[in-house]
Amino acid sequence: MNIFDMTIYELHSALKDKQLSSVEATTAMLERIKSVEPQVGSFITVTAAGALAAATAADRQIAAGECTLLTGIPLAIKDIFLTEGVLTTCGSRILENFVPPYSATSWKKLEGRGAVLLGKLNQDEFAMGSSNESSAYGITRNPWDTSCIPGGSSGGSAAAVAAGEAIATLGTDTGGSIRQPASHCGCVGLKPTYGRVSRYGVIAYASSLDQVGPLTRDVADCAAMLGVIAGHDPMDSTSVDTPVPDYAASLTKGVKGLKIGLPKEYFIAGLDPDVQRAMDAAIETYRRLGAEFVDISLPHTDYAVATYYLIATAEASSNLARYDGVRFGHRADADCLLDMYNKSRSEGFGVEVKRRIMLGTYALSSGYYDAYYVKAQKVRTLIMNDFMATFANVDIMLTPVAPTPAFKIGEKVNDPLQMYLSDIFTIPVNLAGTCAMSLPAGFSNSGLPIGLQLIGKPFDEETVLRAGYAFEQATEWHLRKATI
Amino acid sequence: MKMTTADVEYVARLARLELTPGEKELFAGQMDAILGYVEKLKGVDTEGIIPTSHAVPMENSFREDVVRPSIGLEKALANAPERAGSFFAVPKVIE
Repeated sequence: MNIFDMTIYELHSALKDKQLSSVEATTAMLERIKSVEPQVGSFITVTAAGALAAATAADRQIAAGECTLLTGIPLAIKDIFLTEGVLTTCGSRILENFVPPYSATSWKKLEGRGAVLLGKLNQDEFAMGSSNESSAYGITRNPWDTSCIPGGSSGGSAAAVAAGEAIATLGTDTGGSIRQPASHCGCVGLKPTYGRVSRYGVIAYASSLDQVGPLTRDVADCAAMLGVIAGHDPMDSTSVDTPVPDYAASLTKGVKGLKIGLPKEYFIAGLDPDVQRAMDAAIETYRRLGAEFVDISLPHTDYAVATYYLIATAEASSNLARYDGVRFGHRADADCLLDMYNKSRSEGFGVEVKRRIMLGTYALSSGYYDAYYVKAQKVRTLIMNDFMATFANVDIMLTPVAPTPAFKIGEKVNDPLQMYLSDIFTIPVNLAGTCAMSLPAGFSNSGLPIGLQLIGKPFDEETVLRAGYAFEQATEWHLRKATI
Repeated sequence: MKMTTADVEYVARLARLELTPGEKELFAGQMDAILGYVEKLKGVDTEGIIPTSHAVPMENSFREDVVRPSIGLEKALANAPERAGSFFAVPKVIE
């Protein structure tokens, strides 16, 4: 077996049994990155020297018998996570020379367990996009078909897992940015409940929606990664102080008697036939495993995309006000302060970021605030209520992740509204603040991966992971590899 | 409502963005389409509904008011595009 195709658990056991050192594994990963990067473009920065130093330290720990599951495991993280001393661009020109003075809590936790950082992954600029085409550092291509997008905004995080460029990765999800690329690249991606994972040191896009999560080769790895990054952080006052269960321990409990809701609004006529077929097969698999299905309705689903693009852009316009050329980031030459603000921002931001700042500024501006922003917040309440009312009757929900498999590069880039609508099944979960996972559930006729979404109750990642694990044990979709 | 390039210029000024003539035209059309799409929210009855600003109900998160180490001057200034001693330097504000 190729080292670069291993799961966390497989590599961990090889390291522990001394079949392999972390330096060997890390070197193999760096070679793999070198060979496939020209075709994929997952990385913005590869930290080869740092990775080998961390691997050497990990090997010493392993030799001393002080080994955690993540000791010596080569990982990579989206370039939205601050990493002390390592360039962090968030996919934007405006941060082209930004070297953070501290690290994000989620990465520090992984690093504290001995994980090795291979580098920082490509993404849509400031996580704004569904295709990784808005990065200032070039597009990322789907390892299953390099004429297609990998999804976004955590496109590099998904493509790196699919192309064997990292054993597992971290991404962020504001409207589907972990789940949609995971679905398009055939990996497992979890968006935890809002408040489950600290956002400290994660560059903000829409603060009431952003959440950190893992992208992995299988559900067991996903559970392991979540177990490490979850939990209260005094540095993030929105992280919730609630116990973190032993996710790995409950994976094998099965789905017998589990009540799964099928929201009719997610099984629309326009659904791609390959996606529909994969969903039908998944439902059949769960039935065979003893789960019960309940037809449900989330009546405000149709309003989610409109609600999201008002709330997210409003929060973005406010969050991105900090990029003013004063303390860090790009500064344009200018004679006066106002010109410096205007020019620095206009030169530093790409077109999608400008578009969203404009929309958000408009939605918050005098005369429109109530009609757009407050109205959207009220509809958000109704969308949340839909979920909470339905969760009184079901344990989880099953839906597609995206209406189609990965689309072609360039296909939607000139039509932002069509691009936004591709997130129709993932956005409601962020608005409701709850958790959901994408896992491999089939392939289209043209060989592109199709993901299945399991939506859980707030802070019940445990049931989502357990249901995902049961599906994975009964199917072999997750074992297929992209031939790149 | 039709978004004009004058509307776009006004919003750009609020957002501290300097747009090219091409961008103004592009955004006028695209914002028009997107704002046209979000009009559908007007059809939702939200009478008496409390707006949600945050998905998880929580109260203020307090901590003890104690002095803690901070990152320090050099680290804080390390990314400054321009500095003057222990300050961030910016172009003149007042003539």
